[in-house]
Amino acid sequence: MEEFSLSTFLAVFEEMFGTWLFWAMVGVAALITLAYAFVLIRDHGMGMRRFLLAQLSMPVGAVAAVAFVLWVTRSRVVDIGGPIDWIVLLGVAVLGAGGFSILVYVAQSLIRGGRDSDAT
Amino acid sequence: MNPFIDTAVAAASRRGFLGLAAGGLALAATTPGPARAEVRTNARILILGAGAGGAAIANRLAERLDGARITVVDGKTEHWYQPGLTLVAAGLRPAGYTRSANSDWLPGGITWVQEHAAEVDPDAQVVRTTGGQRLEYDYLIVSTGLVLDWDAVEGFDLDRIGPETGTGAHYAGPDHAARTWAAMDAFTDRGGHALFSRPATEMKCAGAPLKYCFLTDDYLRRKGTREASRITYAAHNNALFSVPIVNAKLDLLMRRQAVDVVHGHVLRSVDMDRKVATFATGETTTDIGYDFFNVIPPQRAPQAIRASGLSWADRWTDQGWIEVDMQTLRHARYPNVFGIGDINGVPKGKTAASVKWHLPVVEDHLVSELAGREGTATFNGYTSCPMITRVGRAMLIEFDYQDNLVPSFPGVVAPLEELWISWLMKEVALKATYNAMLRGRA
Repeated sequence: MEEFSLSTFLAVFEEMFGTWLFWAMVGVAALITLAYAFVLIRDHGMGMRRFLLAQLSMPVGAVAAVAFVLWVTRSRVVDIGGPIDWIVLLGVAVLGAGGFSILVYVAQSLIRGGRDSDAT
Repeated sequence: MNPFIDTAVAAASRRGFLGLAAGGLALAATTPGPARAEVRTNARILILGAGAGGAAIANRLAERLDGARITVVDGKTEHWYQPGLTLVAAGLRPAGYTRSANSDWLPGGITWVQEHAAEVDPDAQVVRTTGGQRLEYDYLIVSTGLVLDWDAVEGFDLDRIGPETGTGAHYAGPDHAARTWAAMDAFTDRGGHALFSRPATEMKCAGAPLKYCFLTDDYLRRKGTREASRITYAAHNNALFSVPIVNAKLDLLMRRQAVDVVHGHVLRSVDMDRKVATFATGETTTDIGYDFFNVIPPQRAPQAIRASGLSWADRWTDQGWIEVDMQTLRHARYPNVFGIGDINGVPKGKTAASVKWHLPVVEDHLVSELAGREGTATFNGYTSCPMITRVGRAMLIEFDYQDNLVPSFPGVVAPLEELWISWLMKEVALKATYNAMLRGRA
């Protein structure tokens, strides 16, 4: 393994998605994160009902992420060959679950506004 | 543009997860980008060929050198992402996936002569082009690539490949790869006898004939026609691959997939009407009938290079690769000449992955010399081949001059294991890394 540089990393991602789409995706991810921070600060804590729904949505995000990755790469679950494959696939599932749950939480908070009665 | 990435942002961001997984791993193996330090010079640098090596070194030198007069000579206006041709020939990507314009990759501030080199005189330091231009240089970078010698296969007609003749030629370019897929698709629908071979010369991506054999086997199995079919792989010598440990693994895989391997077969002619290939087998010839055959011809240096005196005098004399030092890639007899890519007469490395490792070496020696220093970078023969064994799985094989396996991710991505992650790198991350390389950024 040779030296690794952030600029090379960014260059490959820009090539993979196109410069505009890549940075737009980074922007959207940053916006959702900021919105998450915003609702947490605005509500002085987490709404547990919203958090529960967000948690319940996690498997959906996980399965959707895995299904999407397999579809994009024209692969099937039977193609998973070694430990690194399982680790990567689990990583995809975890990211899908986490990302989707945050999205669900933020969406609920922004749509409903204000605090849940059970907010802590 | 990839059809998947201009839909919903949510979908795209999920692909981002994939990118993080695949691209991150692939990237960790990239060479460092060019250093920022600029060197002032008025040297005339001539680059023959605007392919992967030529375009990338032009970008790197344009970034590193202030005042250099860089000229690229290439009559082709189209750039082909050649690692993608196997995917096109397997119906996994359209022909357009491999196509772009040379002008997309060449940097500003250089001169692009849209003609081919007709004559190279390294003593007088002059190149004459097919249009009659006379170009003088102080430094010459030979990155012409190689030529596919179709005429060496008697009876073969590139215009006739496709389902009608059951003959393919996926090395020939994007459209020919697409027609090869049409032939392979039609063949795998009904089954029969599939034949694969490779030339006895050095060749670009020696893994591609094997990958294509495995992919055809996979399609036959998916379509339920494998039982009614036979696959023959005709190797030119007594091995499937030049690296012994990889060869042993491939032997096992061929056996597992029930592919008949015959050795010592060098293709001489093809009868595309009768669907018969004739091979030289020692002192005699052997005819093999086929229903599908992917023809890969002998490969040589372009004529202008072979006639220039830059080729080895005592090695590869029928092929004409240039006589560069295998570590520094500097010409052995003309120190102001360097080679990048397929044209180099070195024991390994006719792949885009090798080009990526040629680049920093040539850049270092040339820029150092212009700065009054001695270059130190060396090329160790690094060659990489994502050996696809079926749609969805590949082995990431990397090796050096000494036939050592040099995995980029030791202990993580096993080189001789069929993995989804290795497939993912080939399918998703490789082209992005290649494009970044062309721009001099990887």
